Amino acid sequence: MKAIMEGSQAVAQVVSLCKPNVVCAYPITPQTHIVERLAILHSEGKLKAGFVLAESEHSAASIVLGASATGARSYTATSSQGLLLMTEVMFNIAGMRLPVVMTVANRAVSAPINIWNDQQDSMSLRDCGWIQMYAEDVQEACDMHIQAFRIAEELNIPVMVCMDGFVLTHSMEVVDIPSQDEVDEILPPFAPSYFLTPKDPVTLGSMAGPDAYMEIRMLLHKAMKDAPRVIQDVSDEFEEKTGRHQGGLLDPYELEDAEIVLVSMGSLLGTMKDVVDQLRDEGYPIGILKVRTTRPFPREKFHDLLCNARAVAVLEKDISLGLEGILCSEIRSAFCRAAKTPNISSFIVGLGGRDVREDDIRNIAISMFENDSCRVEFVGINKEALAAAHWRAEDYTECISTDVCPKPEKGDS
Amino acid sequence: MVNLIKEIRIHGRGGQGNVTAGEFLAEAAFIDGLFAQAFPMFGSERHGAPVTAYVRISDKPIRKRSQIYEPDYLIVQDPSLFRGEDVLQGLKSGGLIVINSSLKPEDFDIPYDYRVVTIPATEIAIEILGKPIINTIMVGAFAGSSGEISRNSLEKAVLKRYPGKLGEKEVEALRKAYEWAEVNK
Repeated sequence: MKAIMEGSQAVAQVVSLCKPNVVCAYPITPQTHIVERLAILHSEGKLKAGFVLAESEHSAASIVLGASATGARSYTATSSQGLLLMTEVMFNIAGMRLPVVMTVANRAVSAPINIWNDQQDSMSLRDCGWIQMYAEDVQEACDMHIQAFRIAEELNIPVMVCMDGFVLTHSMEVVDIPSQDEVDEILPPFAPSYFLTPKDPVTLGSMAGPDAYMEIRMLLHKAMKDAPRVIQDVSDEFEEKTGRHQGGLLDPYELEDAEIVLVSMGSLLGTMKDVVDQLRDEGYPIGILKVRTTRPFPREKFHDLLCNARAVAVLEKDISLGLEGILCSEIRSAFCRAAKTPNISSFIVGLGGRDVREDDIRNIAISMFENDSCRVEFVGINKEALAAAHWRAEDYTECISTDVCPKPEKGDS
Repeated sequence: MVNLIKEIRIHGRGGQGNVTAGEFLAEAAFIDGLFAQAFPMFGSERHGAPVTAYVRISDKPIRKRSQIYEPDYLIVQDPSLFRGEDVLQGLKSGGLIVINSSLKPEDFDIPYDYRVVTIPATEIAIEILGKPIINTIMVGAFAGSSGEISRNSLEKAVLKRYPGKLGEKEVEALRKAYEWAEVNK
């Protein structure tokens, strides 16, 4: 049913409709409203789950690990420092093949302390073995949670649903909340093939020495490599049953005949689509590649969708310090020895909640038509503030890279 | 499609129900059959500190999520903000400003290409609610002067949030503000 509500309230309602057996989370801004709402739904008897109070995110993650190991559908949510505190347990959850679902209300990480939105938190945990999905709007965040439980339980891989903190969690917008029957039709009851029970004892999470550890890591790698098929199938099935476009792992927008492609993930995409519509009206051949899933990383798909572009601009709210945007580096990896390679540039935007304006996106887009280099740039920087920190003009130039991959000079072989 | 979006920026101080005012407008627009989006300037909600909230209304789904830099409408819940902030920044030519004040529109130093409606919201609130809670009055005045949302839907949005006696009083105040704004727009 269509309603207008805050993103957190909508997600909490949908999580409740997914009938988790155990919910455990520790409150942290901007995730708090999700957990508060789940607590209310629990107290009203609408969420029939074990609702466990924890004293930290590490404990919350440990509790959902234990719960999931006993065969309970388990859910948690966090942000930023809370996610980092969970890290140790998250590797365990993935290594033990436990299908936990977590909402990450994306937020910058300290220091300096900052409660606002960027995607450094989840992007920093890309190697922990969880599937990572990014939502563009509240509707997609809701729909993704239903799919996340299904994907996690089919694959025995935990899933992180990332939604931009505040921008989505604290915005009120129109959303179609599915009925219980609609959710049930897509998400059957959890039927784990193995779990901890005294009736049939098994060991989970045991030690593996040098003789076995590497093979087990390879099995985990294989499972993640196989995940795209399931993610795509679940996306297709969801789209067919609800009539709402989903988009699988990568969702192209105005990509055909696009010379310049903007790539991004999360809530920035909506504003980008408005800008691209305007640019198309003005005659610019430009499109967008929306990234819904960063792990598994659909490398071949990236290659196929981007190889015909002249240049690609990756707009992201994270950075691998000293290098460039994380997603940008990964996209570059899709073009090693490719016959046709677009120029790929990294644009760092919106760190720590800095607003990304339509003009920022427009300027990036137009610069891509004018400047062919592969570069790294920071968008919306206050150069006066840097001057106050005794920066010289050359410090700024050194901080951005004007040509990441210089063309070979004549005579080089 | 982009041009059909109406953008409203609300200026107030923490504690004046600025975020809630935005949510009333979005909810009312939704009841009117429109799409709407409401969000605060995140993180600065401290009692007494300047707070900004944003609302977008459209007859099509709204995709953009940047803050609002060129609003069609301004709602100013505390006129003292004119002294410290550039409240008018980016307001579109011909834009409407609804100000909580017992002064007349011409008492404010506002460029002539803007329309100004003043409403003594604090006085109305004390008279009807017994407390200076002004946000429902201000959204009522906005509805009455802008015509962007219906009074009926706005009343429903307020009653949904405040059922019972409090809601009825709020609606009484809202109606008074709506009628005031219709006459004084």
